[in-house]
Amino acid sequence: MRLVRLFRSPEAISGLVILGLLGAMALAAPWLFPRDPLSIAGPPLLRPFQDWALPLGTDRLGRDVVAGLFHGARTSLAVGLAAAAASILVGSVVGTAAGFAGGFVDEVLMRITDAFQTVPGFLLSLALVSVIGPSLGVVVVAIALSSWTGPARIARAEVLSIRERDYVASARVIGMHPVEIALREVLPNALPPVLALSSVIVAAAILTEAALSFLGLGDPNRVTWGGMISEGRAVLRSAPFLSIIPGIALVLAVLGVYLAGEGVVESSAAREGQA
Amino acid sequence: MNRAFRLLRRRLVGSVPVLLVVVVGSFLLLEAAPGDAVDAYVVSVGGDAGMIEALRQSWGLDASPMTRLAAYLWALLHLDLGHSVAFSRPVLSVVLERLPNTLLLMGCATALSFFLGSALGIVAGARPGSFRDRFLSIGSLALYAIPGFWLALVLTIVFSVELRWLPLSGMETIASGKTGPARALDIARHLVLPVTSLGLIYLALYLRIMRAGMAEVWRMDFALAARARGISRRRIVWRHVARNALLPLVTMLGLQSAAMLGGSVVIESVFSIPGLGRLAQEAVGARDTPLLIGIILVSAVLVVAINLLVDIAYASLDPRVGASEAGA
Repeated sequence: MRLVRLFRSPEAISGLVILGLLGAMALAAPWLFPRDPLSIAGPPLLRPFQDWALPLGTDRLGRDVVAGLFHGARTSLAVGLAAAAASILVGSVVGTAAGFAGGFVDEVLMRITDAFQTVPGFLLSLALVSVIGPSLGVVVVAIALSSWTGPARIARAEVLSIRERDYVASARVIGMHPVEIALREVLPNALPPVLALSSVIVAAAILTEAALSFLGLGDPNRVTWGGMISEGRAVLRSAPFLSIIPGIALVLAVLGVYLAGEGVVESSAAREGQA
Repeated sequence: MNRAFRLLRRRLVGSVPVLLVVVVGSFLLLEAAPGDAVDAYVVSVGGDAGMIEALRQSWGLDASPMTRLAAYLWALLHLDLGHSVAFSRPVLSVVLERLPNTLLLMGCATALSFFLGSALGIVAGARPGSFRDRFLSIGSLALYAIPGFWLALVLTIVFSVELRWLPLSGMETIASGKTGPARALDIARHLVLPVTSLGLIYLALYLRIMRAGMAEVWRMDFALAARARGISRRRIVWRHVARNALLPLVTMLGLQSAAMLGGSVVIESVFSIPGLGRLAQEAVGARDTPLLIGIILVSAVLVVAINLLVDIAYASLDPRVGASEAGA
C-alpha cells in the first residue's frame, strides 16, 4: 500500500530511477571496467563520441572517462551512505543520552553540539583530513563529524517528548534498567523523524566528499567525481567536457537522493494522515 | 532598546561555553597534528638541536597537556593565535588581512540569496499548486543539488572563456591603479561569478523555506479572515502572509552562516580570491596547522557574532520574542 503511494508521485519515481541507475553503475563498475580506472586507456584528451571503445573520451593522461564515472559512482555512494550512517548513529546516541539523562549531562552534550554547529563543517572536515591524511575512512569520519548535529538535536527533542509517555513510566515501574529503557523503549520510537533527515545528510555527504576531492583531499588511490572535475580544470579551455561530465553525474546523484527522500517522507506522511 | 540589550547580554554569556568547547577541540586537533610550534618556528626561522630543546622549555611545551591547554587559553585571551609557518607571521594578522574579502563575498552572496530567494518564494507561495509554483519548486530543487564549485567552473567556461564578459579570477585587476568608483566597479565585476556560485544554493534554500512558510500561513485563521473580509489576494499575500512567513528565513540567515563560510573555501579557491577560505586551503597545502586552527577559531567567533546580530534583528521584527524572553 505504501509502495503504491510511493510510485504515484513522479518526483519519487524519477528519484528512485536515478538512484537505481547509480547503484547499478556502482555495482557493475568492477565487472564492466575491470581495469584500474586510474590506468591509461588510450590517447590523451580524446573527445567524447569519437571512439566507441572510449565513448566519453579520455582525460589529460589518457584515462577512460566512462570508467572513471562508474568507479566514481562507487566512491560517491559508499562515502555518502557510510558518512550518513555514522552521523545518524552518533547523532541519535548523543541526542538520546542528552534527552534521557537531562541535567548536567544534557547541558554538556548540547554545548558540544552547539560548538560543532558553530564551526563551519567544511573547515572542520578540511582540518581533520589535512591533519590525519587523506584516505576513504578519514574522509567518512571527517564528514560525519560535521553532520551528526542535526540528528542529535532531533533525537533529543523526540526523546524529551517520549520519555514522559505512559509506556516509559510503566517500564520504569516494572524495574527496567534506565539504559535498557533508553535503548529498547525510547530510541526506537525517536528514530523515524531522525531517519527522515537521512536523504538530506546523504546528499550533503556526497557534496562534501566531492568538494574535498576537488581540493585534492580525497583518497588518492580512488577515482572520485570531485577529483575528475578538478583534474579537468587544468584543461578547462580546450576540453571543458572533462569537468562538465562528472559534474552532471554529481548533480544527478544528489538530485536523485533528494527526490527519493522527499517521495518517501511524503508517502509516509500521507499514510499517517490516513490512519 | 533595553530589551535588545538584555537579549544581547544573555546570548553573549551563553556563547562563552560554546567557544570554550571550540577552543578545547582545536587544541586537541593541534595536539594530534605531527610537529609542534617549535618545529614550525624552526622551519620558518631556523635553529639547531640545542636551540630546539631550549625553545621547547622556554615555551613550556614539555609541560603536561593540562598546563599547555591552560597556556593556550591564556594566549588566546591575549589574542595570540600562534605563529604561522607558511607566512612567518602571527596567525591573527594573516587571518585579519584576509577576512574583509571573505566578508564581502559572503555579504553579497547572502544578500543575493536572501532577497531573490524570498521574492521567488513569495511568487511560488502566492498560488500554491500553480504551474509557476511547481516550476519554481522543481527548479530550486535542481539548484540545490548543484555543487557550488562545479557551477563556478561552468559559469567560468560560459562567461569568462567563451563570452569573455567577466574576468576569470582574482578579486580585482592587479596593478590597474584604479581608485574610487572605478575600483569599486572593477571589484564588483570580479565578484559577479563567485557571488552567484556561492549564493545560488542558498537562494534555493530560502525559496523553499519561504514557500513552505507561506503555505502554512495561508491556512491560519487571520489569513482566512482577511479573505473573508474581501481583501484582494495581492494585498493579503504582501501585507499578511509574506510578512509572517519571512520570520523563519531570518533565523535561517544565522544558521546558514557557518555553512556559507565553509562553502566560500571552495569558491575562493576556484576564483583565486584572497580570502579566509583560500587561506585555509593554503594552510592545508603548507601543512600549517596553527594557521588552519586559527582560521577555524576566527570563523567560529564570526558565526557566533552573526547569530547574535540575527537574534537581535529577530527580536526587533517579532515583538512576541522579546516579551517572553525578558520575562524569563
